[in-house]
Amino acid sequence: MADDIIVSRDDWSLHRKGYLDQTRHKEKVEEVIKRQLGDLIVDESIILTDGKKNTKIPMRSLEEFRFRYDLNKKNHTGQGTKKMVPGEILGREQAKGKGAAGSGAGEEPGQDIYEAEVTYEDLANILFEELKLPNLDDKKRPLIAHDRPEFNDVRKKGLMANVDKKRTLLESIKRQAFSQKQQKKDRLRISPEDLRFKTWETRPNFETNAVILAMMDTSGSMGQFEKYIARTFFFWMVRFLRLKYENVEMRFLAHHTEAKEVTEAEFFTRGESGGTRCSSVYQYALDLIEGEYPPAHYNIYPVHFTDGDNIGSDNGKALLLMQRLVDVSRVVGYGEILRTHYSSTLMSTLKQISDPKLRLVTIRDRNEVYVALKTVFS
Amino acid sequence: MVNEMRALNSIAQDIAQVARGMGLDFYPVNFEIVPAEALYTFGAYGMPVRFTHWSFGKAFYRMKTQYDLNLSRIYELVINTNPAYAFLLEGNRLIQNKLVIGHVYAHVDFFKNNCYFSRTPKDMVERMGAHAEKIRDYELKYGREKVEQTLDAVLAIQEHVDARSHIGPNRKMKNSPKINVPGNDGSQACKSHLCTENHACGGNCSGNCTTKEQSKGDSQKKTRTKSASLPYEDLWGDLLEDECECLPQPEYEDLLLYIIKFAPGLEEWQRDIVGIVREESFYFYPQIETKIINEGWATFWHARIMRELDLNDAEALEFALMHSQVVQPSRMGLNPYYLGVKIWEYLAKSKTMPELFEIRESENDLSFIRNHLTSELVEELNLFNFRKVGAHWQVTENEWEKVRDNLVQQLVNGGHPRIVVLEGDYEGKGGLYLKHCHEGSDLDIVYLEKTLSLVQFLWGKLVGLETVIDTKKVLYECANGSVSRRQVGKTEEK
Repeated sequence: MADDIIVSRDDWSLHRKGYLDQTRHKEKVEEVIKRQLGDLIVDESIILTDGKKNTKIPMRSLEEFRFRYDLNKKNHTGQGTKKMVPGEILGREQAKGKGAAGSGAGEEPGQDIYEAEVTYEDLANILFEELKLPNLDDKKRPLIAHDRPEFNDVRKKGLMANVDKKRTLLESIKRQAFSQKQQKKDRLRISPEDLRFKTWETRPNFETNAVILAMMDTSGSMGQFEKYIARTFFFWMVRFLRLKYENVEMRFLAHHTEAKEVTEAEFFTRGESGGTRCSSVYQYALDLIEGEYPPAHYNIYPVHFTDGDNIGSDNGKALLLMQRLVDVSRVVGYGEILRTHYSSTLMSTLKQISDPKLRLVTIRDRNEVYVALKTVFS
Repeated sequence: MVNEMRALNSIAQDIAQVARGMGLDFYPVNFEIVPAEALYTFGAYGMPVRFTHWSFGKAFYRMKTQYDLNLSRIYELVINTNPAYAFLLEGNRLIQNKLVIGHVYAHVDFFKNNCYFSRTPKDMVERMGAHAEKIRDYELKYGREKVEQTLDAVLAIQEHVDARSHIGPNRKMKNSPKINVPGNDGSQACKSHLCTENHACGGNCSGNCTTKEQSKGDSQKKTRTKSASLPYEDLWGDLLEDECECLPQPEYEDLLLYIIKFAPGLEEWQRDIVGIVREESFYFYPQIETKIINEGWATFWHARIMRELDLNDAEALEFALMHSQVVQPSRMGLNPYYLGVKIWEYLAKSKTMPELFEIRESENDLSFIRNHLTSELVEELNLFNFRKVGAHWQVTENEWEKVRDNLVQQLVNGGHPRIVVLEGDYEGKGGLYLKHCHEGSDLDIVYLEKTLSLVQFLWGKLVGLETVIDTKKVLYECANGSVSRRQVGKTEEK
């Protein structure tokens, strides 16, 4: 009778099924994130932090749809620690509501309170997957091309200056652990065979030189919305470039009727007033290029954001300068943040330039920032 | 390690003897000690082997995370098969395992004797293994995306099978070969419909229920042969002739079977997937509808069994601690272990053992609550009804009958809305017309719309669902994935 009860134990260490399907779930969540990227990247909680913190955006896990009751419209049964009288409040909407719904048979099916979290990095990785510096020319090297040493190997022989202290110590400890002697004074002796050296290989330096000229309209006509959109664009642009390209310089130019160079921090925080003369910043950019970034050696990417409310008399000059900018650059981005349905005069003026290197975008809604990023950097 | 296993083995034998001595009657049990990963996988999939789907991965992730964060812990998992499989969490202490083993025997006793489990196949592990293999083959053959898309849709309606084909006399097996003949089905479903209302009554209706022709045993294999190419005129012509007086239209409760047989656009392998999910749904349904009574039963017995064992002081203390954790009332919801064990203990005061065993044989959650949740228990457990009033969750009632009735209401149809098929050629365009049998609770509209478009994916053509929202009769229609809504009554026909 008793032998029908068996206790056993198996090796389950190779059992991965749960993890495999978990990975699939994660993939599907990422697909959803991708579809919502336009909305997610303009989230204040990200833009207003410096992006270094690991911002987490709550992201509902994939829902498993089924025909189910509306939990807000039905009676539930609960259990109290004391007698409850009608009218007593159990909790408020979000906080307790979800917990409260799990009544009746214990677990209400389809109740999903669990939220996957998307870190800033996840988001950046997904976002930047599709972005690149367009028309990048590898041949544009610095005038003095140099080979870069790369420490990527450890050997037993080498220059004393390059001794790898950590590995050498480890070797010493290992050797003494193997040898039977356990004398205390022997403990930290380093013998010649313990020595390990870092060695390097020289690699040709393939890095290319690129410079981004970020130009932003800070005139009085740029309202809260316009500024926010422009900053969001530049925020992601800067993050993207820092993550993907080591050797990209960035210069920040702010302008109203006059242009000046500002620091990165100023660029993202300060607002000004006054009219708009876009030619001023184009001229400034051209001067900068002429002085510091010869097009023969640099990939140049000017990106300009404005509300397009340019002084009419300036349009002709702006067009002329823009044409010159396009000629010396790999790609020029021009973004207009408009809440009307009309194209501004500057935009229609710039449309006369047919060069595909000039990329014009109009942003009317928050979630179009993502499209704009893709248009300029692809 | 070996010693530990040997010790556990002899303990399991001893406890089995004690349990049998007390009257429990269970299948042979294979205990296996497994690491948390494995246990939580089984918990998420409901089985040691099951087909692959992201929703299981999601469940696994949630459960495993809670375990890793020390928020919850599953000590064991029992599979309803013969012999039964019970998995014990690696790292359980000996005294914990003693309690768990007693708990397991009581569960297996319940599986073996409760009438709602009488038709669950006892070789389900192998069957589900075969299902998993089939679906894997389909993935290789037709692509993972397509299989996943089909599964997404089928799993969304997996509850909508005719669960009552599990109980009652086995007579419909005689009819099963004819299941392909649509006319036959129609007439039978219609006659048997006399008692569909009683289905809600749970445990005691088994006698008068002529369950429908669709037995789970007839399986999808036969039904798959016909289907897609059926000329619908024939089908519905027959049906109309057979129409009976009791109802204007026959209602089909088994949405999955209906799709297997009549969905115009499904490929054979997709029908097979619907059949697989349907079979597994039948297997799980009794567990859904006996959660409180079964957990209560197992808790009731593990406590009694432990009292029979020789425990030292430390063990007794640890047992008491663990037992009280298991039956800890949860503040806002209902702990099925607690509610269940309280009712059983209450019954044990006034009833004889044979009577208790009879209840475990013939009842499910619904009848258990309806028949045995008394005013004293509602009082003692401080049960109450609550609902959302404005932004607050507010206590609405505490009269015992209202509490009982609300609980019963929630258990009807396993807690799922009842959706029936009224028509398979809606508007003469081969559309599927579904009706939600509104019993006081409105449906979640967002979920309704999403689910409807999944049904539409399976059906291939127009799908309509009639329901009641805020006391108004509403019809949702879904064609080509987009859902529209209109009120029925006022804008009856265009």
